Amino acid sequence: MRPPRLDQPFVTGVIKTAAGPVPRVSKVFSGTDRIGAFKVRWGIRRTRYRVDAGLYAIGEPTAESPVFVTANYKLTFDLLRRAIASIDGWILVLDTLGINVWCAAGKGTFGTDELVERIEASRLAGIVNHRKLILPQLGGPGVAGHEVKRRSGFQVVYGPVEAEEIPLFLEKGLKAKERMRRKDFGFMERLALVPMEVVPAVRLGLPVAAGLFALCFLLGGLSLSRALECFAVPAGAIGTSILAGTVLTPVLLPWLPGRAFSVKGLVTGILSALLLIPLVRGSGVLETAFLLVSIPAMSAYLAMNFTGSSTFTSLSGVKKEMRFALPLEIGGVGAGLLMWIIALLGG
Amino acid sequence: MRPMVYLKDVVTLTHIPELCSGCGICLSVCPREVLQRLNGKVRIARRDACIECGACQRNCPHGAVTVKAGVGCASALINQMLGRKKACCVVGD
Repeated sequence: MRPPRLDQPFVTGVIKTAAGPVPRVSKVFSGTDRIGAFKVRWGIRRTRYRVDAGLYAIGEPTAESPVFVTANYKLTFDLLRRAIASIDGWILVLDTLGINVWCAAGKGTFGTDELVERIEASRLAGIVNHRKLILPQLGGPGVAGHEVKRRSGFQVVYGPVEAEEIPLFLEKGLKAKERMRRKDFGFMERLALVPMEVVPAVRLGLPVAAGLFALCFLLGGLSLSRALECFAVPAGAIGTSILAGTVLTPVLLPWLPGRAFSVKGLVTGILSALLLIPLVRGSGVLETAFLLVSIPAMSAYLAMNFTGSSTFTSLSGVKKEMRFALPLEIGGVGAGLLMWIIALLGG
Repeated sequence: MRPMVYLKDVVTLTHIPELCSGCGICLSVCPREVLQRLNGKVRIARRDACIECGACQRNCPHGAVTVKAGVGCASALINQMLGRKKACCVVGD
């Protein structure tokens, strides 16, 4: 385990300690950090947005200063860095392969073994004279506090869910109020997740659209203008489904009826299809039926995929939802496609 | 606003009072206020709010809380069904 590199852009200097030099991180959230955060929200180089694992200093920490443990996803690291800008402390970054704390804890990479090894490799015991580590509460699924204590001598203290609450948590003598222990899923948080729902859906939709266009071209007598005319309907259906399933559903989540995400996506899909139908000129019964069946089915499927980004679904629940929803979604898309092809051949 | 709750009567969470020392670490790690202390005893108060993250089970020194822990992520399950290795939070790699 190498110590963290000093040439990372957010490192502003070095602090000398009993266990050797420790890089000091900037308290400033720079333009580069902002651009980086924006890019990963759109999935650009997301898995490579990492900082080196190991020990860092923030401010002017001493042997008594608190130690904060976090993941090596730079978006996570930056959130912590901003939240504790007013605090002199130590930051112990675990190697979570560039994944955020909660997801990494679920996979075990933000885990007991990694934490114990990282404590040893960074020689933390020689740098601080207390034996307490402040962990993000959402690291809990991966870290067994009592095992860390037994193996390293360090006591795990679970801090608040949100990093912004850390200063208050310290003020209260390492006590979190009930509110600080609860993971919410507010409007802005859902909105920030929308791009990472849209991007994969578009990636899935583009080859499908290309295939349908080719079909229009072949069945439309190899005429480009007729192909475009015929392609407009399925293209509209795909676009509307992506809008309903990956934008409207996440944003409107608490206000949509039903508990299953597929049901919520079905509702936004039906409403969106009803809005789209009057815009499709001169469509026949079959084309209208195609839109009414395929859009809700696709929207329900895409909405179902938002379960993983949400903060309140369980594995048992998602398995149950998929058992009833997935066959209906596939059936709906299949039936819609069949109607569209019949309309195409008939027209 | 009231916190959102997923499907009813599905979660695998159990609490075994005979093994519980009442230390309350499970209350600190639960992000959904599923467990509560009532008259000094820990109990499951909001079962349907549980997301099976497994934090309580992992941190209980006495094995008094059990749950089939996992991530409630449909795309991870679909990837698994299709025989792909990648799961929800990790795209690529």
